[in-house]
Amino acid sequence: MARTVTTQRKSLNTAIAWGIGLLIFFPVLWTILTSFKTEAEAIADPPVFLFFDWTLENYAVVQERSDYMRFLWNSVIIAGVSTLVGIVVAVPAAWSMAFVPSKRTKDVLLWMLSTKMLPAVGALYPIYLIFIELGLLDTRTGLVIVMMLINLPIIVWMLYTYFREIPGEILEAARMDGATLRSEIIHVLTPMAVPGIASTILLNFILAWNEAFWTLNLTAAQSGPLTAFIASYSSPEGLFYAKLSAASTMAIAPILILGWFSQKQLVRGLTFGAVK
Amino acid sequence: MATQHSRSAARVMLAPAVFLLLVWMLVPLTMTLYFSFKRYLPLRGGDQGWVGFDNYVRFVTSSAFWPSVQTTLLIVGGVLLITVILGVLLALLLDQPMWGQGIVRILVIAPFFVMPTVSALVWKNMFMDPVNGLFAHLWKFFGLAPIEWLSQASMLSIVLIVSWQWLPFATLILLTAIQSLDSEQLEAAEMDGANPLARFGHIILPHLSQAITIVILIQTIFLLSIFAEIFVTTQGSFGTRTLAYLIFQRVLESQNVGLGSAGGVYAIILANIVALFLMRIVGKNLDA
Amino acid sequence: MGHIVLDNVKKSFGDITVIPPLDLQIEDGEFVVFVGPSGCGKSTLLRLIAGLEDVSSGTIRIDGQDSTAVPPAKRGLAMVFQSYALYPHMTVRKNICFPLRMAKLDKAEQDRRVEQAAAVLNLTEYLDRRPGQLSGGQRQRVAIGRAIVREPAAFLFDEPLSNLDAALRVGMRLEISELHERLKTTMIYVTHDQVEAMTMADKIVVLQAGIIEQVGSPLELYRTPRNRFVAGFIGSPKMNFLEGPEAAKHDARTIGVRPEHITPSPSEGVWKGRVGVSEHLGSDTFFHVHMEGCAEPITVRSGGEVDMHHGDAIYMTPDPGHIHRFDGEGLRIA
Repeated sequence: MARTVTTQRKSLNTAIAWGIGLLIFFPVLWTILTSFKTEAEAIADPPVFLFFDWTLENYAVVQERSDYMRFLWNSVIIAGVSTLVGIVVAVPAAWSMAFVPSKRTKDVLLWMLSTKMLPAVGALYPIYLIFIELGLLDTRTGLVIVMMLINLPIIVWMLYTYFREIPGEILEAARMDGATLRSEIIHVLTPMAVPGIASTILLNFILAWNEAFWTLNLTAAQSGPLTAFIASYSSPEGLFYAKLSAASTMAIAPILILGWFSQKQLVRGLTFGAVK
Repeated sequence: MATQHSRSAARVMLAPAVFLLLVWMLVPLTMTLYFSFKRYLPLRGGDQGWVGFDNYVRFVTSSAFWPSVQTTLLIVGGVLLITVILGVLLALLLDQPMWGQGIVRILVIAPFFVMPTVSALVWKNMFMDPVNGLFAHLWKFFGLAPIEWLSQASMLSIVLIVSWQWLPFATLILLTAIQSLDSEQLEAAEMDGANPLARFGHIILPHLSQAITIVILIQTIFLLSIFAEIFVTTQGSFGTRTLAYLIFQRVLESQNVGLGSAGGVYAIILANIVALFLMRIVGKNLDA
Repeated sequence: MGHIVLDNVKKSFGDITVIPPLDLQIEDGEFVVFVGPSGCGKSTLLRLIAGLEDVSSGTIRIDGQDSTAVPPAKRGLAMVFQSYALYPHMTVRKNICFPLRMAKLDKAEQDRRVEQAAAVLNLTEYLDRRPGQLSGGQRQRVAIGRAIVREPAAFLFDEPLSNLDAALRVGMRLEISELHERLKTTMIYVTHDQVEAMTMADKIVVLQAGIIEQVGSPLELYRTPRNRFVAGFIGSPKMNFLEGPEAAKHDARTIGVRPEHITPSPSEGVWKGRVGVSEHLGSDTFFHVHMEGCAEPITVRSGGEVDMHHGDAIYMTPDPGHIHRFDGEGLRIA
C-alpha cells in the first residue's frame, strides 16, 4: 500500500533531490553549455551561465579540424559490430546454458564471468604483440575482436538470465511441432527474447563505446574511436574549452540518450543478476 | 532434463563462446607468464634469456612499487567509501515520494554514461584548472587562492573524478535493492515501534548488505584497473601512479616487457582474489 | 494410425530411477489416461513417449517402428502442454499454423487446415489475436488446434486442464472427449485427477512411483482394483479401509468398502458409530462417521436429505457384494 505523504514533506524531498541531482549532473550540463559559447566566453571571469551568445561554431570547427565524423564512424563500427558478433556467438551459448543445463553449467558461467575480471593491463603486451604480428594494430577489425571478447561474458550472462525467464515448455512445444533446433532458436526463442536481446545490445554497445583502455592502447590515427579522439585534446596546445566541450558533447550525447533507456538493464547486466 | 540429442546440440552451441574466451584468457596469460621469467627489452636487445624470478623480485623491490600499491589502495578505498556512503544516502532519497523522480534519476545516472576520457578532460580543464577552472573562480569568489588541483591535491582530484563516475552505479544498484524491500516489513517494524533510524539500522541496512557487498566487489575490480582517468589527467605523476599504470609504463613506455609482465601477474593475482569473493555471491544466486 | 508399444522402458536421472522397467501397449484410436499422485512418473512417461526425454533403456515403438532414438519432431506426435506453451509473439493463426510451416506444407493447404481447425474449435473470430488476449479456455483450444492440424499419429496431453477453473474444466473435458470421438486418433492424457481419468478414458493406467499399478477400463478399476493403492485412488470419495477384527471376519488383512456401498441407518446395522462432519450436497449427503477401533472416520454416502446430525449415533451396513478384500501385501484377494 502506498501511503499518502504530506505535500510539505514531498516538496522538501523534491527540492533536495533535484538539488543533488542537478549538482551531480552539473559537469555534463556545464560541458554542454560551454560547447555553445565562444572561446572567450568559455573562459570568462566570472563564468557566464546562460546569458551568452549561443553559437554552433565550435561544432563546425571541431568537425572540420579533427575529422570528427571518422572517429564517430569508428566508434559506431567498433561498438556496433563487436556487440552484434557477440550476440551471434552468445545466443547459442546462452540457449545451451538456460535450456539444457548440466552440472557444469554454473561453473562454465562463472568461469566466463571471471575472464571479464582479469586486469587488462596484464594482457596488454601479449595482445599488443599479437596485433603487430597479425597486422591488427590500429585497425577496426582488431578492436572489434577485442571488444567482442571483453564483453562476451556480459552478453552471454545477460542473455542467459533473459532466456531463463522463458518457459522451457514453449521450446519443447516447438520441438513437438516439428521445429529443428535452428527454427526453434530463430522462430521461437529469439522473437520471444527480443526485449532482452535489445537491452543486451544496448548495454554492451554503451560499454564498448566508452571502453578506454584498449581503444587508447591499440589505436592511432586510423581506427581511433571517440575515446581516443577526446584523449587527443588532452595535449595543452590543442586545448580550447568551447571546442573541447563541443567535441565532448558529441562524444557523449548519443550514449547518454541510449543510456537513459537502459537503466534497468544496467543493474542486471553489471551485477550479474545478483541484485534484482 | 533433456535428451541425449539436445545435450550434444547444447555442447556444440556452447563451444564457440567457450573456445573464444579460453583463447582470450589462456594465450595472453601464458605469454605474460612466459615474458615474466625473461629479460625482455624489445628496443634494447630484445630477448636476453631466462632470468627466473628476477623480474618478480625487481618489480616488488623497485622504489615505484610500494607507492603504486599505496596509491591504488587509496584510490580504490577512497572511491568505495565515497560512492557507497553517498550511494546509500542517495538511494534512500530517491526512494522517497517526490515530483519528477524519473528525471532526477536520469540526472543522477548520467555520469556513468560519460566516457572516461571525456569526464577526465572536463574535470581536468573546466573544473580543476587553476586559472580558468570553475573551482578556481569559486575559490576566488570566496577570496581564496585557487588550488592547483591535479598537482597539489592530485589524489583527492582523481578520487573525486572517479567517484563522480561511479556514484551513479552504486546509487542505481542500491536503489534497485531498496525497492525490492517488502514495504510490509517496514510497516511491521513501524507498528513494533521502530523509529526511522532504527528502521534504517535494523531493516534497510541488513537488506542492503548484499547489494553493498556486490557494489564493493564490482567497483573494486573496475577501480583496480582504472586507466584513462590517470592517462588523461596526470599521466601518473604527482603520486597518482597506480599499480596498473606502473605496469603500463613498464611495458609500453620503458619497454621493459619482462618486468612489466611480472607486474601483470601480480595484478592478475590481486584481481582474482577479489573476483573469488564476487563469484561466490554470484554463484549462490545462480542456485536460487 | 497410432499404435504405441513401450517395451521394458526404464528412466533414471543419475542414480535415481524414476521409472523402473515397464511394458505398456496403447492401441490405435484408444483414449489412454495416465493417472497417479504427483511425482508418480506419469509426466515423465509421457515425455519419454514424446521424445522430450531419452529412455535409459528399453524401446518405444510407434506404429511398429522403433522410435526410441527418433527426435520428437520426427515422431509424428502432437502434444498439448500444461501451460499450453503457446508462442506469445504469434497470432492464433500463426500458432496453429506453426507445425505446418515447419513441415513446409504449401501455403494453401496450411490455410485450409488452419481454417478447418479454427472452425472445429470455435476459434475463427480469434485467429488474429495473440494468446495474451485470450481467456484460459480459448488458449487451451488454441493449443489443441495447434496439435490437430498436424494430423498426428497420437495426441499427448500433459495435465491440460489443471490451469482452468472448475466450471471450465468440465466443459473442456467434454470437448476433448468429443474431439476423440470425432477424430478417432490415439490420445494419451496425463492427469492427477481421477475424475478426469474415469470420465474420459477408454483405458486407465494407474501409476505410483513409476510403477504401473493397474491397467484397465474405468469400470474394471472401479469394480476390481488390483490392490489397495488403486482401490483408494480410483473413486470419489475414497474407499474406506478397515483393518483388524472387521477385516479378519472376511479372512483378509484389510477390507475396503466404498462410501456408496454402505447403507446408513439411525437404528440398526452391522457397524455402529457416531456422526462427525456431514456434507450436504443436495443430491447426496456424506457422513464422516467415527467408529471405535478405526483411526480414520468412515465415509458413508446417503441419498439426498437425511436428518442426522453431529454426534448422533449411526448404524452402517456394507453391501456384502461390494466388499474388497486385500492381503498383507495390499493385493486383492479374489
